[in-house]
Amino acid sequence: MIALLLRDLKLSVRAGGGALIGVLFFTTVVAVIPFGVGPDLNLLSRIGPAIVWIGALLSALLGLDRMFQTDREDGSLDLILMQEHPLALTVLVKCLAHWLGNGLPLVIASPLLGLFMNMDEVAIGATMLTLLVGTPALTFIGAVGAAVAVALPRGGLLVSILVLPLAIPVLIFGVSASYAAVQDPAPFMPPFLILVAITMFFAVLGPLGAALALRNAGD
Amino acid sequence: MKHNESPQMRLTVEALSARRGEDLIFKDVSFTLSAGESLILTGRNGSGKSTLLRAVAGLLRPESGRVTWESDGAEPGTRASEACHYLGHRNAMKAELSVRENLEFWQNFVGDFAGGRGMTVTGAADAVGLSGITHLPFGYLSAGQQRRMAFAKLLVAWRPVWILDEPTAALDVSAESVFTALIKDHLGHDGIVLAATHQPLGLENAQELKMTGFAGVMESMW
Repeated sequence: MIALLLRDLKLSVRAGGGALIGVLFFTTVVAVIPFGVGPDLNLLSRIGPAIVWIGALLSALLGLDRMFQTDREDGSLDLILMQEHPLALTVLVKCLAHWLGNGLPLVIASPLLGLFMNMDEVAIGATMLTLLVGTPALTFIGAVGAAVAVALPRGGLLVSILVLPLAIPVLIFGVSASYAAVQDPAPFMPPFLILVAITMFFAVLGPLGAALALRNAGD
Repeated sequence: MKHNESPQMRLTVEALSARRGEDLIFKDVSFTLSAGESLILTGRNGSGKSTLLRAVAGLLRPESGRVTWESDGAEPGTRASEACHYLGHRNAMKAELSVRENLEFWQNFVGDFAGGRGMTVTGAADAVGLSGITHLPFGYLSAGQQRRMAFAKLLVAWRPVWILDEPTAALDVSAESVFTALIKDHLGHDGIVLAATHQPLGLENAQELKMTGFAGVMESMW
């Protein structure tokens, strides 16, 4: 299992892995907002957490379709399905590797992008924390979509559309927790804890659903 | 080949049928393979050889019938696919990783099945005649070298059953003889081989199953 984690991490940083693509896309999306919105610093800092979260969500969707497809194309998926390891556990490990390769870089890049949006330190910290907690949920939800669309030659867009409705709650609670940290009357903990709960819920349900879909995707 | 103390192991396929779309590709295929036995599937393209192999490997849900595995070391309820190595048309190796990284990954991930031990990565590369190039990315190798390295994957982790789908595609004559020797060696170590092939592999005592496609099979003995 450790071997699978290390292999997927190596693949995500080597040529064509796509770990950097996500961060570049994230940077591009957030960096063009100030140009579009104009130099109204108050407005920028007010919409900042939402923009950073939306950028992260879109970037996270970008790399999802490759999660199982590359393994299917070269035949590795057949061998993975045949082993005695529980398939849900294998999928969980693949999700972790995918998040470390694609999700964590987004979290690390988010403070810089917070500066682009004229956010103060508390808002940047809160956005980074909510992204750290919330992006794994996007990966787990995305694993189900990626597993369903694994046999389709151009499943990328389909995966995004399948996954987006389920990812909306993550966005809502992530953004509201980030705002709660800077706007006084709103409490931070309730939306943050719901975000944690969503991530833990999908950490169980996502791999199970994806394993079921992969078992039935056999051609 | 006669084995006096060969371990008790048996791959049993009972009344297996599989469907592709509307048509039954084959129907009620049954056979039993014990330690040291091999079965060669022959037949035209599209006659269902690959489908049968995928069904035995557990990668395709059969329409009816079942595949079971019994052996001394295995817990009851072991799925047959866990005792099998499957070498399909695709090599299951990553072009971005070096050959050594690929083989080490499969060695660790697949692990040895009860009752045997795999070779080291260097030993396996040596056995397929390509010991000097394990540091190269897999994508740099030629098609024949890639096939040889995919075969080396079978050697790094022990599995009693080898399921081989056209193992000698894209290979030159010397590689074919290397593969034949490795397959014979596996049978000599009480392994079981189930292969679909056009080239004769030169195995003694191999059973042959001639697939005719669309629900027809004929069985014969060499």
